[in-house]
Amino acid sequence: MRRLRVFKSLVIDSLDTITQGSKKYHIWMAFLTFVMLIGMYCYSMQIEYGLSVTGMTDRVSWGLYISNFTFLVGVAAAAVMLVMPTYVLKDIDFKQAVLIGEGLAVAALIMCLAFVVADMGGPSVLWHMIPGIGVFNFPASMLTWDVLVLNGYLFLNISIPFYILFRRYQGKVPNPKIYVPGAILSVFWAVAIHLVTAFLYQGLQARPFWNNALLGPRFLASAFAAGPALIILVLAVIRTFTEFKIEDKTIKKIAMIVTVAAQINLIMLVSELFKEFYAPTHHSESAYYLFFGLHGKTALLPWIWTAIPLNVLATILLTFGKLRNNFKVLYFCCFILFIAIWIEKGFGLIVPGFIPGPYGKIAEYTPTGIEIGVTLGIWALGAFIFTILAKTAIKIETGKLQFKEK
Amino acid sequence: MSGIGKYFKLNLNSTTKQTKGNSCGCGNTSGGCSSQVNEPAPVKASCGCGSTSESCGSHNEAKVSDQEFFEAAIDAAIGDERKKDGFDQVFEVKMDRRTAFRQLTASLLIGAGAVSTSCSVTTGEGTKEKAQIDWEEQFKGNYKLMTDEERNATVERLVRSYQLRKKKNINMSSKDAVKDVLFGYAFNISKCQGYMDCVSACVEENNQDRNSQMEYIRIHEMKDGKGFKFDEADDNYYHEVPAEGHFYMGTQCFHCDNPPCVDVCPVQATWREDDGLVVIDYDWCVGCRYCMAACPYDGRRFNWSTPEVPEEEVNKDQHYLGNRMRKKGVMEKCTFCVQRSRAGKNPACVEACPTGARIFGNLLDPDSTIRWVLENKKVFRLKEDLGTEPKFWYFMD
Repeated sequence: MRRLRVFKSLVIDSLDTITQGSKKYHIWMAFLTFVMLIGMYCYSMQIEYGLSVTGMTDRVSWGLYISNFTFLVGVAAAAVMLVMPTYVLKDIDFKQAVLIGEGLAVAALIMCLAFVVADMGGPSVLWHMIPGIGVFNFPASMLTWDVLVLNGYLFLNISIPFYILFRRYQGKVPNPKIYVPGAILSVFWAVAIHLVTAFLYQGLQARPFWNNALLGPRFLASAFAAGPALIILVLAVIRTFTEFKIEDKTIKKIAMIVTVAAQINLIMLVSELFKEFYAPTHHSESAYYLFFGLHGKTALLPWIWTAIPLNVLATILLTFGKLRNNFKVLYFCCFILFIAIWIEKGFGLIVPGFIPGPYGKIAEYTPTGIEIGVTLGIWALGAFIFTILAKTAIKIETGKLQFKEK
Repeated sequence: MSGIGKYFKLNLNSTTKQTKGNSCGCGNTSGGCSSQVNEPAPVKASCGCGSTSESCGSHNEAKVSDQEFFEAAIDAAIGDERKKDGFDQVFEVKMDRRTAFRQLTASLLIGAGAVSTSCSVTTGEGTKEKAQIDWEEQFKGNYKLMTDEERNATVERLVRSYQLRKKKNINMSSKDAVKDVLFGYAFNISKCQGYMDCVSACVEENNQDRNSQMEYIRIHEMKDGKGFKFDEADDNYYHEVPAEGHFYMGTQCFHCDNPPCVDVCPVQATWREDDGLVVIDYDWCVGCRYCMAACPYDGRRFNWSTPEVPEEEVNKDQHYLGNRMRKKGVMEKCTFCVQRSRAGKNPACVEACPTGARIFGNLLDPDSTIRWVLENKKVFRLKEDLGTEPKFWYFMD
């Protein structure tokens, strides 16, 4: 009974917290709500007229939605980069950042699920996929694996921070015996969600561009670069706008992770390029299309030639410790790295998989306004959720929000 | 049978099936049937066992245990789902309180509209019945797992629904695969002249969306002397055919024996039937298009918007797994015209072809034309290295 009372009071208190704030906070939330409303309007058009309002066709049947989904799975997985040192290696530095990282994972996962649902032709029959009620084609379909691991990861990332915050809220110290096993599990789980998502594409013999053994490892490397890069940016914002203390040391450690992951990612990119272009086969056509265009079709060139230089530049800058430790340079690097990987792993990965088609047909893909609207709406949803989670968590962590026995 | 072997050789079951088909199938029991083995006679041959009851008996026994083994194997594989179908599958599942609650809430939300219509006293009989049908259709199970009664029930509902909406009668079949039939297809590259009669016949037969000009068949126009250069071929030509210096090659769903599209479906909305057809339950498909990404042959199509067919052009001779009307947001594909092929007819494309380039038939029938082609022509299949085992062969005169 007491727990329920505490929970009720926590809900009320957090509602109070998230509805009160500075003017900037209110403008930020209003802006996100506005974008979400636009997204919902666009989605209602999609429900009404079908997926024909998007740029996708029978030739390129996955587009912006699945691109963003793939990228965000990586962002979600990256929370592990903070969880591992804190809980498992007992590195106290990260403790402050962990809740933020896990909040980011929750937001990213909800965005993932939203993108998948947005991509579905029949969202009203999605119950067919719920194990027990529907038919769950497990273990044959990698998509069912993905459903399991994503939801499992979402559960882990909600329950662990919730437990910690719930204890803190009551002024108690969280019991490591309860949350550390969960944290260790989530470390493995994070690798799993990203590897399974890579297998989703990797396992298709029909698409030579995806059907290569490096895809999974490369997913991990790019995720562990882009995810923590985003976390650094978020921590920078939180440092400026709230009284939540994040030490320079923490950010520098995360920057180290970003650097190593970005370097590995670059090595894998070189390996991939070598394989595709040193002895090009029929199967290298997608890569040719992506990097140089095929038969005059060049829609992806501006994207990939933005991504590659940004990626290289960020990695080089980060490699030098002196530059990396300058926070202005660091934030800039994180930003361009994030953009570069978003392009590389979204558009640059999904679309060329379909081009050229199974019989060599080249039909290009350009997202429509409605598609972009829904996408922005979902990103706004993610930012909205993250803001709420972070604001409550920070207030509890700093001890400002505490349960009062009446 | 299983294991790596299946990736290299499509087992046409020509030996095993035939002996079975001889209704005696004593091939492996000693004595009694020796004469039967030498005889290449097809399905129709009667039991050659004569009056030697012992040998026949033993053979029967073997057959029964085979059957039992098969049953047990299926039970082990899909277990509960096989027994519980349709409504049972949906409603008679063991669940904890949480799932039950979630399910109830979901059902209530989705069904509230339908229920309020069907319970209302002010709305007419027709509307009520429509709402009732919609409700039952929304929550029916996967066709693959339904019992025969459930299959008939959903077919009846769909026919009645069409009657209520369009005031027209359609004829819908739910005919199952016939035993000892495995459909195969052969395409004569020398004969095809690119007239595309097959394409239009297919569109008309299978009620494909006219707005998006969906077509299951693609005819690739290739340059003579360049070999099979699919990437340089034109699959969307509008000029007079046959064009000088070109040859033509048609592709469609190849009904692979090891179909990659089936494995990837998260809800088993697509599967391979016993007669080799790869089909889709349009009502069970969630529209994720994973199968489309997995198909190496461009064999699948998606309904990006609500498919539209002018009422007078609707083919009313339908099959649940075939050409019945689709809705938006689901996959569809060539079914070798299941409504025709299971009724003993050729698919529409075969019938429409003016040059006789298309050959269709039962691979297990040694007297069929398709078997003659496979045995006497130099046949090949596309992308054999992928291990998909298409049942669609190409050959030249």
